[in-house]
Amino acid sequence: MVSSALDLFGSGLGILDMGPEMLALFVGFGLVVGVLFGFFGMGGSFLVTPALLMLDYEPSVAVGSGMAFVFGTAVIATLKHHDLGQVDYKLGAIMITGTTIGIEAGRASVYYLESIGLAGSLISVAYVVLLGGVGAMVTRDALKGDGDGGVDHEATDKSLDEYEIPETAKKIQRTVRIPPMVTLRGDVSVSVWVITAVAFATGLLSGFLGVGGGFIRMPAMIYAIGVPVPVAVGTDLFEIVFSGGLGSYLYGQGGGVDLGIVAPLLFGSALGARVGSAATAVVDADGIKVYFGGMLLVGAVAVGVGEIGTYIGSPTLEMVGLVLVIGAAVVVAAAILYTSVVSLRTTYDRQATTAD
Amino acid sequence: MAGLEIPSWDPQTALLIGTILLEAIVLYAGYAGLERLLGPHLMRLLVGGDRSGQ
Repeated sequence: MVSSALDLFGSGLGILDMGPEMLALFVGFGLVVGVLFGFFGMGGSFLVTPALLMLDYEPSVAVGSGMAFVFGTAVIATLKHHDLGQVDYKLGAIMITGTTIGIEAGRASVYYLESIGLAGSLISVAYVVLLGGVGAMVTRDALKGDGDGGVDHEATDKSLDEYEIPETAKKIQRTVRIPPMVTLRGDVSVSVWVITAVAFATGLLSGFLGVGGGFIRMPAMIYAIGVPVPVAVGTDLFEIVFSGGLGSYLYGQGGGVDLGIVAPLLFGSALGARVGSAATAVVDADGIKVYFGGMLLVGAVAVGVGEIGTYIGSPTLEMVGLVLVIGAAVVVAAAILYTSVVSLRTTYDRQATTAD
Repeated sequence: MAGLEIPSWDPQTALLIGTILLEAIVLYAGYAGLERLLGPHLMRLLVGGDRSGQ
């Protein structure tokens, strides 16, 4: 055990081999990702894998380390949501099996594609489609003022009984009655097979891209299973602790988890998530959501530019892609922090004036 | 590597993932403590030290 620990800290840790500038980059990027995750409740993690790919890490290392980072972030966020009573442990336990099989299928696909030399390109293309699609959806909703595409901060104050089950979820609950049926929090009765199908599909995506999959799983839980929004957020995170932990373990066995990447990212993101989460109390999310959508769209362009750079062998284009990904995230995180401070000062001034 | 795998016990990988788990828990508790300790002071700094003294 001692010798394996020494091996780990000697070779796998990687922090010791890393220059201070890379360490600062990962801590800083983690901080930015944490602010975004804490504020929007999703979305930070899927910037990590593309950034690692652009930094020329092996696809399996980029995806595996991205997944290990998601695992660590989920542990921290679940502890907080547990304190708020927003975790449905029964639903989480049922989803773990489907998600785990999905993640393993996704992971196997990455290694297979890597063996035939297509992993980097296909993962990048998948990211372009995903970031572009989700970015377009969030931007459209933000401009329409629907309030979707992230955690509704006002909604988290409501009681679970006040949530209406979406029509699509009601229809699925009425039509798919394959036993066994389970009753979830919010008095939702749904087939185990629906839950497993949702879990498998999102797990496949997680395993292939190294993301938590919350941006797909949360809407799926709400619209396909009919779970109240806060419970969907908390349960999603709880479930990622197990599926992400196992996924990280499997990637780790293949040498795909680099602690030198994960540890500084987590160090920054844990602090950033606290700041982002605190900012939700003082900032109206709808005003910033449009920037979040824009950031995802820029991210899609950046991954595309980076991939073209790799394809034609242009380090300049690869660097442009990397700067775009990190720059877009930094701009949105800075907008959140700036708006929070302005809002805090305005509130304080108003209170001071009223007191006078 | 291409097929689905049943995870086998690997102490070194378990230690690696355990280290990440431990780091996450330590960071959660550590930052919570820091927030309690430095939060009020930081808030005074953010809203303006002189104004908070009014």
